[in-house]
Amino acid sequence: MRRAITVVVNGTKQSRDVEVSQLLVEFLRDTLQLTGTHVGCDTSQCGACTILVDGKATKACTMLAVQADGAQVTTIEGMARNGELHPLQAAFTKEHALQCGFCTPGMIMTAADLLARKPRATEDEIRHALEGNLCRCTGYQNIVSAVKRAADDMAATPARATTEARR
Amino acid sequence: MISHDFDYQRPSSVQEAVKALASTKDAKILAGGHSLLPLMKIGLAQPTTLIDIGAIASLREIRTSGNTTSIGALATHDAVASDATVRRSFAALSDAAAVVGDLQVRTRGTLGGSLAHADPGADEQAAVLAFDATLVAVGPKGERTIKAGDFFKGTFETALAADEILTEIRLPGQPGRTGSAYVAFAHPASGFAIVGVAAVVTRGGDGSITRAAIAVTGAAASPFRATAAEKALSGSKGDPAAIERAAAASRTGFTALADLAASNTFRTHLVGVFVRRAIDRALERAT
Amino acid sequence: MTATQTPYIGQRVQRKEDPKLIRGEGTYTDDVTPAGTVYMALVRSPHAHARIRKIDTSRAKRAPGVVTVLTGADTAATGPLPCFITLPDLKTTKHFPLASDKARYAGDGVAVVVADSRRAARSAAALVDVEYEPLPVVTDARAATKPGAPILHDDIGTNVAYVYPVKGGDIDKAFREADVVVKHTVKNQRLIPNAIEPRSIVVRPDEGGALTIWTTTQIPHFVQLITSLNLGLSQNKVRVIAPEVGGGFGSKLNVYAEELLAAWLAKTLGKPVKWTEERREGYLATIHGRDIVEDVELAAKKDGTITGLRIRGTANLGAYLQAFTPVIETVLHIFIVPGAYRIPAFDCEIVGVHTNTTPTDAYRGAGRPEATYLIETSMNLLARELGMDQAEIRRKNFVPKDAFPYTTITTLAYDSGNYDGTLDRALAMADYAGFPKRRDEAKARGKLRGIGLSSYVEICGLAPSKANHALGVGWGGYESARIRVHPTGAVQVWTGTSPHGQGHETSWSQIVADAFGISPDDVEVRHGDTLEAPGMGVGTFGSRSLAVGGVAVHKAAEKLREKIRLIGAHMLEASPDDVVFEGGKVHVKGVPERAKAFGEIVFQSYLAFNIPDGMEPGMDSTVYYDPSNFTFPFGTHIAEVEIDPDTGTTQVVSYSACDDCGVQINPMIVEGQLHGGIVQGIGQALYEGAVYDENGQLVSGSMMEYDVPKAADLPIRIQLDHTTTPSPVNPLGVKGIGEAGTIASTPAVVNAALDALAAVGVTHIDMPLTPERVWAAIQGVKR
Repeated sequence: MRRAITVVVNGTKQSRDVEVSQLLVEFLRDTLQLTGTHVGCDTSQCGACTILVDGKATKACTMLAVQADGAQVTTIEGMARNGELHPLQAAFTKEHALQCGFCTPGMIMTAADLLARKPRATEDEIRHALEGNLCRCTGYQNIVSAVKRAADDMAATPARATTEARR
Repeated sequence: MISHDFDYQRPSSVQEAVKALASTKDAKILAGGHSLLPLMKIGLAQPTTLIDIGAIASLREIRTSGNTTSIGALATHDAVASDATVRRSFAALSDAAAVVGDLQVRTRGTLGGSLAHADPGADEQAAVLAFDATLVAVGPKGERTIKAGDFFKGTFETALAADEILTEIRLPGQPGRTGSAYVAFAHPASGFAIVGVAAVVTRGGDGSITRAAIAVTGAAASPFRATAAEKALSGSKGDPAAIERAAAASRTGFTALADLAASNTFRTHLVGVFVRRAIDRALERAT
Repeated sequence: MTATQTPYIGQRVQRKEDPKLIRGEGTYTDDVTPAGTVYMALVRSPHAHARIRKIDTSRAKRAPGVVTVLTGADTAATGPLPCFITLPDLKTTKHFPLASDKARYAGDGVAVVVADSRRAARSAAALVDVEYEPLPVVTDARAATKPGAPILHDDIGTNVAYVYPVKGGDIDKAFREADVVVKHTVKNQRLIPNAIEPRSIVVRPDEGGALTIWTTTQIPHFVQLITSLNLGLSQNKVRVIAPEVGGGFGSKLNVYAEELLAAWLAKTLGKPVKWTEERREGYLATIHGRDIVEDVELAAKKDGTITGLRIRGTANLGAYLQAFTPVIETVLHIFIVPGAYRIPAFDCEIVGVHTNTTPTDAYRGAGRPEATYLIETSMNLLARELGMDQAEIRRKNFVPKDAFPYTTITTLAYDSGNYDGTLDRALAMADYAGFPKRRDEAKARGKLRGIGLSSYVEICGLAPSKANHALGVGWGGYESARIRVHPTGAVQVWTGTSPHGQGHETSWSQIVADAFGISPDDVEVRHGDTLEAPGMGVGTFGSRSLAVGGVAVHKAAEKLREKIRLIGAHMLEASPDDVVFEGGKVHVKGVPERAKAFGEIVFQSYLAFNIPDGMEPGMDSTVYYDPSNFTFPFGTHIAEVEIDPDTGTTQVVSYSACDDCGVQINPMIVEGQLHGGIVQGIGQALYEGAVYDENGQLVSGSMMEYDVPKAADLPIRIQLDHTTTPSPVNPLGVKGIGEAGTIASTPAVVNAALDALAAVGVTHIDMPLTPERVWAAIQGVKR
């Protein structure tokens, strides 16, 4: 069965006819060619596919594309604006928070939701917020540092923080 | 990847959803999808029709009227965990909602979906049971209420009929000097409770415990009330010896599950440990 | 081009890899989908051991979208999977991508479906009817050696693939003259690598019978080599690209069944063929790691001086020999068991055994974590027996600083070391002296607190080619590099290494930048494409990339630097002996204003009419570097844990590590490797373990059951320090750091847990230290 949906992805309206069984992550990767969102498991554990749906961190592998009809979706490709990196992206590179980079998009998207809720998140809160994002390379230490640093950077420029908060 | 095809409907009211459910065979209700979609991905669930109730906005509401707080079945774990009223008056449910899965699971997974799915290790069901909640189901014959104590029938089994939709969870207001808490020993990989305990305790004027409700999830095929532990605690001063008696009492009267993460012996032991911890924390809050 | 006086080696240069990765613009294999791609799905045996009676593909062939359905009998033209190891008397058998006589583990491929979508392929795979005759199953390696055990490979007639002894010194005398002998059985459980990127392969047939292969691999050149040999294609017709690779840890260090199948199918069908594993499928069909049991006896004098070490071990190889399976628990394991200690007598024998389980192969550390776990837990056992302090027993037996180069009882020649140095600094960092107070404070809170040391020596920089040959590795251990400086001065570097998170683009740029006196920003490093490669690349594994591949890059740069010096001297009309290379310029000694810039000289090399007579024009060099020895990084890690006796939960509450990997090119990257490695090793100690049931079903079959470390598992920051003892083996003085964290942390954590549990009388526990195991151990002692 197919169904027409309209989803705003990274600010662009996308209207498509999709199989109802298509997962949102398949819609992003296969239909829209937005391959920055990754798939690392089949049991909703690894978080590599995390995106923002209406501002909230969501595992795109555990949502049907049709469920996103009418929603605002932000993927990693939509985080930098006008060539300027999102503070989280900048912090991830400054703190060496990525090695192979496969989990990175999902990490950044979950962290974006966290900082929107808790702009002054503690290290402990950051670690718990990232429980649904697995990384095998970094041991998480630099990821936690990067999220902390992004929080500090966003706090230092509050105007940016509010516009970044919920994309 | 979901490799089987199915029909999909997205009703905009409960009535429409009930109608859709009645008119299709092997249909499944899709709420947040965080129990159902993973099963469909591995082929363990193959419904012919999905009835997505996500567009029924009224089912997301959390409101209090009179002595009752009602939580719409579609309220996400996140919404439940961050609701001020729930936090204040039903802390055990708030605690439980805050530890479901992970952040992403909580933003989409729903309280109603989790209760209707009835995974033996689901966190919130312990709190729902301990608060003596009433669950509202709507079917072709209209609405009926089910006591939480009658709702959980077994692993993935509830009192919901095949043509019914869970719409609301009603929590009765608690008397003054009531405290509640939920603590869990989570499965290290899946995050489900190996053992989770919700305790609700009310102190009387003299400080003694007038009412204790203790519910356990994860330990057995379905959540249960630890009645022997409740009895051991009720009427006591909530002193360490009484709590220890309650903990000891909680280790009997159920058939413990066993899996890779915990044998039945270990689970049984953990029930006592977490009953003690839940009571401790609930008492701290019973001010 | 920014010339600078600052050496970039040793600087925390930001990674060049990051900009595309943080924007989601990295291309991983599954991101590649050529037009007209068809998809492959494998039918896998649900039985751990079963004769294949009949395969009926007719239903599957009729399913929508299906292109073809083939069995093992139909696909024999792929040729067998390679095993690169030739131990003495190693029993080998042909291992084809699809099993045709019998399935030997749950997950063994028996048929392949090709269809026009992933979904169609997966759906049709469920329609292949296979008639199995289930056979008795054996999953435990020691049980598989017993008479009457089910035999996996009828043509070999035994499950024992090898018996590998290593002996040195007079072991009988050592035990006869010892005051004390401690014994224990050391188990390294089976682990599932869990690189977060699943394996994936795309093969596109090109004009003229050529194939372009994108694959998740650590060894693109070997995939190219084997594909061309097996498929009878001229090697130049096979281009293998390892694009961004999302972690490997050894699990992508193979030539896999799916790679050969996809290549053969693309060639046969004339269509691009793609396959990406699903995670649960990967749990079955991607190699596992570790799985070895060893009975250990350590003999010593009363004062703690070790006199001898005896080991009898059994390694579980799984159902088949994969690319490196036989080398892991032999060469990469036994030789380094003596670790940081002088051990005068040694007697070890490891038996490698087939079982009805997923094949095991290299997993981060590959044999060396097992060695370090063995020796470091044994040292603590000995210390407890003698009532000695953990640090003291180590000091007592360390190879002293002035003994290098030091030849071990196992004949390894340790290059350099200062074991007391890292121990001292780790003890200071961990406030070892203050531990008793922390233990008492924890006790007051009802927690058992323990501290554990692990002093490791790692063997890496694999490897001198002659050593490889002597040890049974069927290929040289060199690495290749090419540097081309374009006429405009643009610098491109090609490396035979194949990084998948290690940051070679950055570190290699730093090496070249220093050689030329330019900025790393002006150096482009390319890798992972056999078409562009300098020549044969060996790849990235065994902490070899810097010590071999990085050195190759350095040598290629040095060759061009010399050429620049000669042309500069020629242009300056000075003697080559009188010119100095400084800050990206060549100038006459003592006359800095008489100088020629790097770019000018490079340009001149291409104009070629003002260069020394007889000199080749251009600025291009290719180097194959073969190291003269391994390198031996070392260090001491100290973990502190708290155990909740009520729940058995073990929490790492403090972690301090002092490592010495020789000269560090980029300390930021070194630290990142250590963080990741340490947490992976903690994963083995506390959380991870693959479990089979008696029928050979993988019970820990998904991320729902198998506990990969998560962000909240370690609530503290790892503290790092280092010393620098350059390796004399290579001109950069570098060693390797990719596996050190994993090697060191597992025993540090287990030693800490056993230290904590000593208070309640527990003396032994097997990994992983799950809450139930710890709780049960405490209860066991109470009873």
